[in-house]
Amino acid sequence: MASETTATGIVAIPEPTSDGSLWGFSRPQRIAFIVLLVFLGVAPFAGLYPVFLMKLLCFGLFACAFNLLIGYVGLLSFGHAAYFGMGGYIAGHTAKVMGVPPELAIILGGVVGAALGAVFGWVAIRRQGIYFAMITLALSQLVYFVCVQAPFTGGEDGIQAIPRGKLFGIIDLSPDLSMYWVVATVFVIGFLLVHRIVHSPFGMVMKAIKENEPRATSLGYRTDDYKLLAFILSAGLAGVAGATKSLVFGIATLTDVHWSMSGEVVLMTLVGGLGTVFGPLVGAAVIVTMQNYLAEWGAWVTVIQGGIFVACVLAFRRGIVGEIGALLRVKL
Amino acid sequence: MDELFGIPLPLLFGQLLLGLINGAFYAMLSLGLAVIFGLLNVINFTHGAQFMMGAFAAWMLLNWFGVNYWFALILVPIIIGATGIVLEKLMISRLYKLDHLYGLLLTFGIGLVIEGVFRNEFGSSGLPYRIPPELSGAWDLGFMFMPVYRGWVVVFAAAVCLATWLVIEKTSLGANLRAATENPALVQAFGINVPRMVTLTYGAGVALAALGGVLAAPIYSVNPQMGSNLIIVVFAVVVIGGMGSILGSVITGFGLGIVEGLTKVFYPEASATVIFVIMIIVLLARPAGLFGRTA
Repeated sequence: MASETTATGIVAIPEPTSDGSLWGFSRPQRIAFIVLLVFLGVAPFAGLYPVFLMKLLCFGLFACAFNLLIGYVGLLSFGHAAYFGMGGYIAGHTAKVMGVPPELAIILGGVVGAALGAVFGWVAIRRQGIYFAMITLALSQLVYFVCVQAPFTGGEDGIQAIPRGKLFGIIDLSPDLSMYWVVATVFVIGFLLVHRIVHSPFGMVMKAIKENEPRATSLGYRTDDYKLLAFILSAGLAGVAGATKSLVFGIATLTDVHWSMSGEVVLMTLVGGLGTVFGPLVGAAVIVTMQNYLAEWGAWVTVIQGGIFVACVLAFRRGIVGEIGALLRVKL
Repeated sequence: MDELFGIPLPLLFGQLLLGLINGAFYAMLSLGLAVIFGLLNVINFTHGAQFMMGAFAAWMLLNWFGVNYWFALILVPIIIGATGIVLEKLMISRLYKLDHLYGLLLTFGIGLVIEGVFRNEFGSSGLPYRIPPELSGAWDLGFMFMPVYRGWVVVFAAAVCLATWLVIEKTSLGANLRAATENPALVQAFGINVPRMVTLTYGAGVALAALGGVLAAPIYSVNPQMGSNLIIVVFAVVVIGGMGSILGSVITGFGLGIVEGLTKVFYPEASATVIFVIMIIVLLARPAGLFGRTA
């Protein structure tokens, strides 16, 4: 551990680790996390539709996975729809055609997302910065065209009527509330996993790479290995999120692998706050809510989303949670 | 001799021509991206939307003001280039001190806004733009019929690329530009107004995209999505070619268009993906790109 702390000397603001905090949660973060858990427990009984909450949580997990890369390693992947959408297709196909139980379908979606991420990450980390973004975007477009043509994805129709199945073969998930608890559990596990990764010695090296890659290299870290592993973890979690979403809605379509979905997850994370713990979830909540309310406005949604992009980049780079954190002088 | 590897020659040449035309657009767009990136260090994600705006501007000039194709060819790059200059002055110039990724995100957002506005105004279905009478018809080349307009697109695009290359490599303006790409602070110290040069360069890159849009209007139907689908392929082209060399991006653009055309003949299923596959192979073999210097 001692050698790891030396390595983190690169990071501008060292994380407080010695206050006995659980899993690296600082005090304000612990409070926020408890608030989140209470919200998740109460929300479906407080007049919020479980399906809406589930959609929000799926995108929240997707954004958390994306944030792991952009917020902590500084890698902008512009092709995360590939892992999200492919996770959805795999879960849909295995659950519908092969009759796999839901828990296994979700895990398979994550595994395939991670495997795809391993291959694409291995190709993409050869270039940095803007090139990395362009390469990941091009690779996800490759996945999109494969999904248009491949027989198992159903092409333009997608996979429809995916059964939610029975959890562990016992609990029927067709009632929305039962499914909600599964989705909430998946989200909390994913959320804690991201947090654990970020606050592990591995996560410290990730941040070191973000701050100053040549220096991390000179300290003896194989930065490419760290970047690749972070990419695989992020892609795997994105796959889990996509798999869960396809089980919730019973469909897996080309929308989820399209580049505009990659743009949406970037927007969610940016709105919530890059590199914040709770930002991706807040950003996902804002964007999903907005899409719900503006659904009948058609293409104006695209215009508004673009406008939010512009506003965030020009004036609001810390995002909602980042701004609140700066106001309260805490890291959230 | 009317077959090659069991492929009828007219089909082969027809697809080669289509490939050349696509290649012409890849070349013009990646050229604009490379010029902008060289000086601004920003990948212009709005490029596809500006290409689309070029096509729509030509359509509007013709249908609303009766301005014909030939004047559109001159007017549209100036108009759309001017909107680019405004964009750079108002927004993009605020980001030069930040991480390059913010430039990408900003231009992506601007692209979404533009595309959404056009979709609201014109719907998603395409608008027709008829080929100018001087360029309609076809030549009989003996082995195939060649529509005059398509030949014109290839020749004109190649000429524009060559002219751009000449300006950048052989004129004093181009020399200043290249120097500012290498070391802007030093060039500024010599009394050259670098911020103005940056603004004009962005305008010129945008004008190239718009010119591509005018050329494309009679070939593809004019629709709001025509740019975004193209720009992702152009990104792959840019990764393959590397943005270090002007001539490199032109050659890569035309070359990949031809490869795509040939794929349509020999293995049509892969024609949408072949450029991305080539990108992967190039990244594995030569990460800096075919004509790139190591980043």
